[in-house]
Amino acid sequence: MSTLSRADVANLARLARIEMTDQELDDLSTEMDVILTAVARVQEVATSDVKPTSHPLPLRNVVRADVVTPSLTPEAALSGAPANEEQRFRVPQILGEEA
Amino acid sequence: MIRLSANEMASALAAGETTSEKLTQEHLDRISSVDADVHAFLYVDTEGALSQARGVDTARKNGEKLGPLAGVPLALKDVMVQKGVPTTAGSKILEGWRPPYDATVVKKLKEAGIVILGKTNMDEFAMGSSTENSAYGPTHNPWDLSRIPGGSGGGSSASLAAFEAPLAIGTDTGGSIRQPAAVTGTVGVKPTYGGVSRYGLIAFSSSLDQAGPCARTVLDAALLHEVIAGHDAHDATSIDAPVPQVVRAAREANVKGMKIGVVKELNGDGYQAGVRSRFEESLELLAKAGAEIVEVSCPNFEYALAAYYLIAPSECSSNLARFDAMRYGLRVGDEDGASAESVMNLTREMGFGREVKRRIILGTYALSSGYYDAYYGSAQKVRTLIMDDFTKAFGTADVLVSPTCPTTAFKIGEKANDPLAMYLNDIATIPVNMAGIGGMSVPCGLAPEDGLPVGFQIMAPAMQDQRMYSAGAALEASLLTEWGAPLLSRIPALGGAK
Amino acid sequence: MGRSIALSYSSARGCQVSLTYEDVIAKYEPVLGLEVHVELNTHSKMFCGCATVFGAEPNTQTCPVCLGMPGALPVVNEKAIESSILIGLALHCSVTPFSRFSRKNYFYPDMPKNFQISQYDEPICVNGYVDVEIETDEGPKQFRVEIERVHMEEDTGKSLHVGGATGRIHGADYSLLDFNRAGIPLVEIVTKIVPGTGKYAPEVAKAYVAELRDILRSLGVSDVRMEQGSLRCDANVSLRLIGAETLGTRSETKNVNSLRSVERAVRGEMIRHAELLNKGERVVQETRHFQEDTGLTRSGRSKEQAEDYRYFPEPDLVPVEPDAGWIEKLRASLPEQPTLRRKRLQEEWSVPDKEMAAMINADALDIVEATVKLGADPTRARGWWLGEISRIANEKDVAIADLAISPADVAEIVSLVSKGELTDKLARQVVEGVISGEGKPAQVMESRGLKVVSDESSLMAAIENAIAAQPETAEKVRNGHIPAAGALIGAVMKETKGQADAARVRELLLAHLGQ
Repeated sequence: MSTLSRADVANLARLARIEMTDQELDDLSTEMDVILTAVARVQEVATSDVKPTSHPLPLRNVVRADVVTPSLTPEAALSGAPANEEQRFRVPQILGEEA
Repeated sequence: MIRLSANEMASALAAGETTSEKLTQEHLDRISSVDADVHAFLYVDTEGALSQARGVDTARKNGEKLGPLAGVPLALKDVMVQKGVPTTAGSKILEGWRPPYDATVVKKLKEAGIVILGKTNMDEFAMGSSTENSAYGPTHNPWDLSRIPGGSGGGSSASLAAFEAPLAIGTDTGGSIRQPAAVTGTVGVKPTYGGVSRYGLIAFSSSLDQAGPCARTVLDAALLHEVIAGHDAHDATSIDAPVPQVVRAAREANVKGMKIGVVKELNGDGYQAGVRSRFEESLELLAKAGAEIVEVSCPNFEYALAAYYLIAPSECSSNLARFDAMRYGLRVGDEDGASAESVMNLTREMGFGREVKRRIILGTYALSSGYYDAYYGSAQKVRTLIMDDFTKAFGTADVLVSPTCPTTAFKIGEKANDPLAMYLNDIATIPVNMAGIGGMSVPCGLAPEDGLPVGFQIMAPAMQDQRMYSAGAALEASLLTEWGAPLLSRIPALGGAK
Repeated sequence: MGRSIALSYSSARGCQVSLTYEDVIAKYEPVLGLEVHVELNTHSKMFCGCATVFGAEPNTQTCPVCLGMPGALPVVNEKAIESSILIGLALHCSVTPFSRFSRKNYFYPDMPKNFQISQYDEPICVNGYVDVEIETDEGPKQFRVEIERVHMEEDTGKSLHVGGATGRIHGADYSLLDFNRAGIPLVEIVTKIVPGTGKYAPEVAKAYVAELRDILRSLGVSDVRMEQGSLRCDANVSLRLIGAETLGTRSETKNVNSLRSVERAVRGEMIRHAELLNKGERVVQETRHFQEDTGLTRSGRSKEQAEDYRYFPEPDLVPVEPDAGWIEKLRASLPEQPTLRRKRLQEEWSVPDKEMAAMINADALDIVEATVKLGADPTRARGWWLGEISRIANEKDVAIADLAISPADVAEIVSLVSKGELTDKLARQVVEGVISGEGKPAQVMESRGLKVVSDESSLMAAIENAIAAQPETAEKVRNGHIPAAGALIGAVMKETKGQADAARVRELLLAHLGQ
């Protein structure tokens, strides 16, 4: 199967927004290899005639009526915030563009 | 009174032999006495618990109608959100977080008058089989403090075995209720997926997670099961049907004519000898009680572990994205004009432990473009095959059985550096989560070679949880007759024990 | 069409050469793709019961679900499904019998879960079309814009950037987040690629968004106010040499906040791409931001280093299988297509094309129709709304719909004028009075004393006064010099404070003077 290079792991860490140390990247590169080899065996039986299962239950159409229910108070909403100002969550400067 | 079952405590309370406040205080004293060694609890809510207990006592004095477990204390796995009480999921990234809301399960416990003593230790974000991945240090197995109590819900099961609580709530994604129950000699149940609300259950793997009852007896588990189960409008994946009659099944403990299917692929090849022998003996007892033992084959089970270790990390890599230092939880690196992005990256690096990061990376990879079909997509197909195997097997058996896990409790640190070896602990429990059916572990003895508890797993078809309780209670009763006393009466005394 | 625009990125960078639009379309043909996001006007959010009121105090409409707190779970709003299906049906789409939600995974501070619950490979509606009409050199022409898909998703929170200039994200010291908007239902409408528009690409794009807006408004599923963000458009543009088969590289332009901006953005991007291609440079596949003031676009995130969204089926939600009977009921409830309605009304009211266009541009069609429905003559109704009332609205810098005068009021005024109880002049004063909040037309007439004086005795009294005051003029009229009557009529009007029916006065006066 594919080997995950350190650069590959670094790219995954970037996607996952985790700033890993070089040591972590190296260790994970090795570990991923072992794990991926082990889990790759799912491909042995995952043939095209088998349908994938996303939900164990055969539920459909679970909805709620369009009615307003009580919200949290702003104090409760902000209660865990690392920083807040003017009843808003305060976050450091954002570099990236809005989607 | 801490040695009694929850049911016995409830009777004593109803009979006025004690108050909930006294009973709660006894348990708080017990925790103070032994938890320095066991470390089952991350947070003990002394004031909150006593206040709840007093409330129940007052209600009882006023003649209000109370539920069957009212006033009985309980330990809550720290993965369940409890309003105003520190909830960490065993992680540094949530250190000190006090949720502004209650999980539905917690709401139900409070409405039932059950007293929540505190939050129990767990593998970080429920990822692990030994509670060694907790950011706050491991829990120690009360049978042997140098050994693991199982995981991820080691704290809940250990609290039961240490008589710190008669009831506990756990959660089970790949075996996290059942395996700790097995290695601590207690009862642990994973209800059918959707049977208990996941609203307020900090998500690890959404299509596999399920909260369930933990106790020292099957009847206690059944009583707790009926409190926490039921449809919840806040959980779109919860079952809209009456709660199965598990208490009745537990009381009747009837297996006459029940077909019990031994799963060939989980029949203990490569399992510890003592685990296998205890399992075989239990089968004989069930046969004596009137059950018919048959063999079934589930050939796709051998792929279950691999599929699980693709599906669960994939879902968790997405579920854990919300821990980003913006709205709650840990924030590090916010100085000298650092950007939001760098604060996010650094916080997640510092706040997550090694196993969590490993699974996030694995999951991110399995979902990434170009690899989805080979990994996550294929794993979802294996899921279908496993469900088909179960459906076929349940065509010839009413319940299926296996040893709960391959070994008894191993030493703390023994498998910590070998992820794959650690993952193998879940080999018998995982298929149940993959199919969404019910699974229970019942203590079936001590392994002769090490004197440590062994668990017997019973699996029932989806929405037929009562069958597990019938078989579990029957086995428990037979074993009690054999032993003359509950298994936990043989547990070594803990330092400072009462 | 095809005005010559010397809009130029080169000149913006201080170089000499500037490419005109004519230059561009002589060599290249554009391919369009439009993505429109519609904010639904449901009472509660997409996945939780929080209110959706616009402009509420920050973080007063939030809960564990829309804040992405640990343990929270989504539950779908059934009205959002209904609105999505209505939108799909109105766009001639098929409603898929089975659709599913998916997670779109990416990180951004205004994203509470750092994934958006959306729909990926199983959207609720697929394969529709919208016909739009534009003005070309050869007269009106129809274009069919094909719709790829309609799907449901959720909106993000809002950020306030503090410390930088003009509240822009660049140069800000920190940001403040409000999650009231997070979780509000969004419907995304994606077109298939739109080739064959040639030089009319900007107009087609604008007409498409305008038509979409009218359709959505007629369905009542959204406020569709681009300036408020309840209708958002992203325009994808690419160029290829005329006659070429392969598509060029496209760019995506966001922050297009008005219909006019849609047109300008498309035109601007066509020119920018052409300038690059002419120089032998590559067009970068990226997201760009439209700038209102310059009409140019600025580079944003490069899509080439794109986020891998790692879509997978949302495990916390179960699939949607809309009942066929319900779909048919919704189909039967669809209102008349805006284009068809406009054509019908134009015919019914005999409105010339130019006037019809003016009425539509002024967004007055609904209000005029409401007035006509109450009995007013269409031409008169139109005259009032687009004339006097529009004038007052422009003065006050508001929309005609925001004034205190209603279709019922206007209908009554039209009726009073046609009955002769008000002259046009008096009617204008009544209109002004109603708008000022003095009450209904009858009340204004009462309090201001604005009724037409038409009873003969009062008029004759005034007429005789006028004749007495101007005997020579009266004599002239008696002698057949009719125009002289004007001065006498003027005097009567003055005496009656302009409330006399001038025509009647003339009639009576001339008769009195033997003419």
